[in-house]
Amino acid sequence: MKQQLEQLRAAALRAIEQAGAMEELENVRVKFMGKKGELTAVLKQMGKLSPEERPVMGQLANEARAAMEQAIENARARLTAAALEAKLEAETLDVTVPGRAVKLGHKHPMYLALDEIKDIFVGMGFTVLDGPEIELAELNFDRLNAGEGHPSRDWSDTFYFKEDSSVMLRSQTSPMQVRAMDTMPLPIRMIAPGRVYRKDEVDATHSPMFHQVEGMVIDKNVTMADLKGTLNAVVEQLYGAGTKTRFRPHHFPFTEPSCELDVQCHKCGGKGCPTCKGEGWIELLGAGMIHPRVLEMAGIDPEEWSGWAFGFGLERTAMRQFKIADLRLIFENDVRFLEQF
Amino acid sequence: MNLSRAWLNEFVSGVSVDEINDRDFSEVMTLSGSKVELVTEPGAEICNVVVGRIVSMERHPDSDHMFITQIDAGQSETVQIVTGAWNVHPGDLVPVALHKSTLPGGKHIEKGKLRGVLSCGMLCSLSELGLDERDFPYAVITAAALLNDYHPIDPAKPSVPADVQPGYQIYGPVIAARVLGCQTVAYGRFGVTLDTGKEEIHIETDCQNLHEGDMVAFNVKSSSICKVNDLHAQQQEFPHCIPDGIFVLNEDCVPGDDIKTVTGLDDHVVEFEITPNRPDCLSVIGLAREAAAAFDKELRLHEPVVKGGADGDLAKLLDVETPDADLVPRYTARMVRNVKIAPSPKWMRQRLRSMGVRPINNIVDITNYVMMEYGQPMHAFDYRYVKGGKIIVRRAVEGEQLTTLDGVVRTLSANHLVIADQTRAVGLAGIMGGENSEIVPDTVDVVFESANFDGTCIRKGALALGMRTEASAKFEKGLDPMNTLPAVNRACELVELLGAGEVVDGVIDILNHVPQPSVLALRPERINALLGTDISTAEMVSILRKLNFTVVGETVTVPSWRGDVAHYSDLAEEVARFHGYNNIPTTLMRGQTTRGGYSAAQTLERTLGAVCRAAGYDEIITYSFISPTYSDKICWRPDDPRRDSFRILNPLGEGTSIMRTTTLPSMLEVLSRNDSYRNRNVRLYEIGRTYHKQADDPLADERRVLTLGAYGDDMDFYTLKGAVDAVLSALRVENVRYAADSNNPSYHPGRCARVYAGDALLGTLGQIHPRVAANYGVDGALYAAELDVAALLRCQGAEPAYRPLPRFPAVMRDIAVVCAESVTVGELEDCIRSAGGKLLKDVALFDIYRGSGILSGMKSVAFNLTLRSDDSSITSAEADADVTAILTALRQTLGAVLR
Repeated sequence: MKQQLEQLRAAALRAIEQAGAMEELENVRVKFMGKKGELTAVLKQMGKLSPEERPVMGQLANEARAAMEQAIENARARLTAAALEAKLEAETLDVTVPGRAVKLGHKHPMYLALDEIKDIFVGMGFTVLDGPEIELAELNFDRLNAGEGHPSRDWSDTFYFKEDSSVMLRSQTSPMQVRAMDTMPLPIRMIAPGRVYRKDEVDATHSPMFHQVEGMVIDKNVTMADLKGTLNAVVEQLYGAGTKTRFRPHHFPFTEPSCELDVQCHKCGGKGCPTCKGEGWIELLGAGMIHPRVLEMAGIDPEEWSGWAFGFGLERTAMRQFKIADLRLIFENDVRFLEQF
Repeated sequence: MNLSRAWLNEFVSGVSVDEINDRDFSEVMTLSGSKVELVTEPGAEICNVVVGRIVSMERHPDSDHMFITQIDAGQSETVQIVTGAWNVHPGDLVPVALHKSTLPGGKHIEKGKLRGVLSCGMLCSLSELGLDERDFPYAVITAAALLNDYHPIDPAKPSVPADVQPGYQIYGPVIAARVLGCQTVAYGRFGVTLDTGKEEIHIETDCQNLHEGDMVAFNVKSSSICKVNDLHAQQQEFPHCIPDGIFVLNEDCVPGDDIKTVTGLDDHVVEFEITPNRPDCLSVIGLAREAAAAFDKELRLHEPVVKGGADGDLAKLLDVETPDADLVPRYTARMVRNVKIAPSPKWMRQRLRSMGVRPINNIVDITNYVMMEYGQPMHAFDYRYVKGGKIIVRRAVEGEQLTTLDGVVRTLSANHLVIADQTRAVGLAGIMGGENSEIVPDTVDVVFESANFDGTCIRKGALALGMRTEASAKFEKGLDPMNTLPAVNRACELVELLGAGEVVDGVIDILNHVPQPSVLALRPERINALLGTDISTAEMVSILRKLNFTVVGETVTVPSWRGDVAHYSDLAEEVARFHGYNNIPTTLMRGQTTRGGYSAAQTLERTLGAVCRAAGYDEIITYSFISPTYSDKICWRPDDPRRDSFRILNPLGEGTSIMRTTTLPSMLEVLSRNDSYRNRNVRLYEIGRTYHKQADDPLADERRVLTLGAYGDDMDFYTLKGAVDAVLSALRVENVRYAADSNNPSYHPGRCARVYAGDALLGTLGQIHPRVAANYGVDGALYAAELDVAALLRCQGAEPAYRPLPRFPAVMRDIAVVCAESVTVGELEDCIRSAGGKLLKDVALFDIYRGSGILSGMKSVAFNLTLRSDDSSITSAEADADVTAILTALRQTLGAVLR
């Protein structure tokens, strides 16, 4: 019987190992270990054994059953893993097939640039103002120290709605300085982006409508050093820490002293290249200390308060940022252009 | 404003190109306020071009028009150069482009063979050096018509035989003659020996293209050699006898000299951007003042000295009246007699050329030279055309006509100022002279005018005529009235220096407005407070004095040419400019902090943009001004009040002449443009303004509008509506409802809706009327929505507040009802909602069916109902009761029965 058990055990283990599928394994289990299985049949003979032999055979039989059960368990794990492998392989996809498109809209590149600028100034405590585009010449010119006879008031330069030149399309965002002085409590920190209009024919660098961003600070003891420090901080946020700037004297009727701010050319590092037209510097914006007369006209005492202001063209900034070569693309709104940003 | 650095050297020491290179010069000038745009060297492209002397020349054996020359170019051996030009002779000094040289226009010269003969360079013409005859008037070439260059237009009918011999009579007194020899006797003069067939004769000629062996047409009567014109021939018949050729130098130079030095092409020209407040810097002297201060060098200005002494008494010769004194602050004039009109000398021509002015003749060049040097426009006119010897500076008579120097007849108005004699205008004051008093070759007596006119008057006058001249551009900025006298004296001094005429003693000088020097208080503490600096008073005084301000104690007297300085802040700028803007410290703002940020409206606009982009719409920017024809294009009725818009009185063109009262045309135009580019499935949005007239305000009511526009395979009314729903849902707008609108002429009458929040109209959406789409050249369906941003702001829902999530399961019931086509889904939904009890939480349409099983004119509409209680599980019976109530209501109110 002992021999019988050992043969049975060996045959069963062999059969289990050879089972290639789950059903096959189950058949093997039933054949050897089922109620009518071969092991059961052998065990039924136990009664015929002597009491001395019985525990010895019993142990042998238990060992054989345990070995078979263990083998079945191992085989089951092996077959499950193999079946999963096969399934995964069958499910393999061509990952280079394009994904199902999600159509996202795009912000206009001009407003991408503007939103970045707005966020920087808001972070420094500036309020964002909106104002009318159809504006009084008084605010666009007179209150900004550009009196009768100033060339920019000519009908060849500015769009007018009234024969007496009193109502116009604002030619700059600077009247927002005056509106802020007239309506806001002091101190003031504001920026005012918006559309402005000049009588320029459309070409690669001109448009009769374009955008400016105006900025102004009025407070006690505000100095040109503050102007420099603040604008430098803005430039670093826009173009990266360590960006070099320089301030050049310039002229605007409503600031004195006036300046223009250049940033060192990022392309050549100041050596001079086509991007900066060989100058090593790129003009960024105009600024200056608010002319004491402009403050006086707004009823602000220039002996007590001082301020600075700046303004720049948004198109040029966006064009530089995104390397857009032709201004006309900005207003053409071809989706093949818009969807690049 | 161009500045010749060579000219600058005359007034400022230590700033020559050798001492300060262009880059450093530009940087220092720019940072002190005179912005340098560009520095050019007129001769920058010229390299390895030298003066050469023609040692000998012989005809090329294999060419009928080329010469082989041996050139002394200052090197140990002569250089052989083949040339096709005929105007050179042994002994001539010429520009020689040697092997490996460069010329303007990127031309490279290398040695090579010309018809088998080695040529080690090129002889240059004026144009090859970037010059022309106005730069070197003496180098004009006169060419004889050489019979050996005769190419008859019709070879079958030549007027001179090909084998013509000396003595052959061409016509009348003109016979053929052979050149036996040609010697240069003086620059441009040649002694020629001719064989006339009968005899040998010697004549002198200025024809420069004669060489031994040439056959010429000789006029026996006038004893002169004929030119192409003399033979009434055409140039093409004598292709090589042209008034062009090598630039034969008449300069003080020797072989080997650099041609750039010899011709003055070694100057460096600096182009400045001068701001309008500094008209004084539109002159060499003005920039010299700035440069002297910027580089801390000595300024050497020159006081003109006029000898005078010409016959006549100025007071008797000339009288000046200025009836419109307010427009003529000052009028200064002098007279020059016995003028000899001629080219001006090389140094003057070179300087003018560097400044971008073409030389004309000595008198005109002097006026331009003085204008460049002093910044004071000058005018010279012929005295004989000043009738009665009286100059009247007056306003033009309305409609008065004057032909200006450019030959254009100008019709003037009373806003123009003219220079007139007793009978007529002879010049347009401050803008341009009159043709009737122009300096001409036989001009004898000249009046130099150096006046100061009202800037605004000149500017408006020039603008009205559409002619902005160098002079008017200067006057319009307001010039220094103290400058007229030195300028006119300088002009007279130059006349004497050039030997161009005799100056009459005395000056006519009418001073209608005596300018008072501006006196300001120096307030060092205010200046430092404005700049944020700690500059000493001594430094401020030193800077101001360098700029010719007079500082006595705390009183600053502003020089007459600095009309822009009128306030202590202006003095602060002067101090800052020369202290250095970049030496001002950088500080961050102190003081009271302000709370910045976005307004509710600005935040709303940001949200609108974000939602539109999430829905796949791209942002566009369109012009605020449009064409008045757009109202018709979008089919507005003729009496539509929105046609009343702000109209620009001076638009660029009709297409951009009115301020839009609707954004729809702008959007449709962009859709149409994209369609024409064959861009598919386009979705666009714009947050833009419309401009509306107001009764009690001259300015506009500027309203913001969110416009959506779309077309494509994936677009239909409901897709657009979904985007509008998304916008409204992002804003948490409540009680949204849509009402069909069949009366909007721009939209499809059956596919247009107005959208409301409760009773507040938010906007319109729908398919664009096919007729409107066709007006934009689009065949397919266009969709648009126009939402009023202010209304959206007003109807924006409250901030979200958390509502507990449902704790009990919902019961879902689907119902399908059959109803007439005329019943809308909105009506069905409203009915379900009002009939459903408080358990009904949601109603969702899931199908509309027409077809078999449904009678024609009817439709089956299916809804999914969600019923739920907040405090218990509901039973089937409870749900059934609600559904029954709903179905009853549907049947009774809308005739919709369960399918």
